[in-house]
Amino acid sequence: MTVISSTKDFVVRTATYKGGVGHASWILHRLGGIGIAVFLILHIIDIFMIVLGKEMFDFFLFIYHQPIFRPAIWGLMFGIFYHAVNGVRIIIHDFFPSTFRYQREMVLGAWVIIGILVVLTVGMDIFNWITYAGSH
Amino acid sequence: MKKRTLKIKRFNPTKDKKPYWQEFVVEAEDTDRILDALNHIKWYVDGSLTMRRSCAHGICGSDAMCINGKNLLACKALFKEVGDDVTIEPLAGLPVIRDLVVDMEPFMEHYRTVLPYFISETPPPSYGERLQSIEERKIFDDTTKCILCAACTTSCPSFWARGEYIGPSAIVQAHRFIFDSRDDGAAARLDILGNADGVWRCRTIYNCTNACPRGIEVTKAVGEVKKEILFSTL
Repeated sequence: MTVISSTKDFVVRTATYKGGVGHASWILHRLGGIGIAVFLILHIIDIFMIVLGKEMFDFFLFIYHQPIFRPAIWGLMFGIFYHAVNGVRIIIHDFFPSTFRYQREMVLGAWVIIGILVVLTVGMDIFNWITYAGSH
Repeated sequence: MKKRTLKIKRFNPTKDKKPYWQEFVVEAEDTDRILDALNHIKWYVDGSLTMRRSCAHGICGSDAMCINGKNLLACKALFKEVGDDVTIEPLAGLPVIRDLVVDMEPFMEHYRTVLPYFISETPPPSYGERLQSIEERKIFDDTTKCILCAACTTSCPSFWARGEYIGPSAIVQAHRFIFDSRDDGAAARLDILGNADGVWRCRTIYNCTNACPRGIEVTKAVGEVKKEILFSTL
């Protein structure tokens, strides 16, 4: 049946429908939102570890500072920037409906801004990591 | 004439447990429509293929279907636009009756909800007609073009996720009357569209505008209704 009756159907339809940049932008916005939510949950758990003692808290911080977590931090940066910049674009569309005629240009513009922000922050993070690696 | 492969999602509830794909090879020109190929299959290859079509000229809206992953009218989509190999599915989010025919009732139910007819609390003037300036008419001109094909509503992920969402088509129909200077039913319609399954489920994805075979700026119309609800309640 074509009626969307399950999460699987919804995910398949979302992934296969050729809706253009608006559709892609919405998917990335949702993925960014999920990433931020996962980070917040992990962050709350991480802070809560102080209840179990300083050693446990420091142990978790030590784990989070391992190189394997860097791509996750970059993903978080992407999620935050995407959610913020794309959110502003949607607010502009909603308050000024005539801007929908420039939806494609505005999505592409938002992607350029997000790309610059992500490259800058990831670049700074890698630079700091290399420069101060010995001091951690 | 070139050979084209049409991969069609088939489903007959009386004998199939689940949908399956069937391929047909037809010869067609670049300028032939997808509907021409479907008609050829139905008339000369497999009469059991079931789909809706009526005017075949983009006016009645009965042959909306998902063609190569995008909602289109089969009578307006040419092979040179969609490619040689074509995948055809019924519209998403509505129950399939058979093959490419979906049950439009849930869609029509949403349409009826927004009171899609002229409401006036004043009698017509003595000279007969309720006159309107060109500027007043221009405000809702775009949304008068809707043919209720359901291409927009069934391209909307918010509708896929929640069938109770009123959908872009019903909002377009409401827009046509809300911004009509002669109509007095705007408050009732805005009240309906302001509820949990009304315009606020729109996530500004824009699939509806891309899918509309009439070129209606659907997302813009939805945005204008959102703004009207917001500012009418302030």
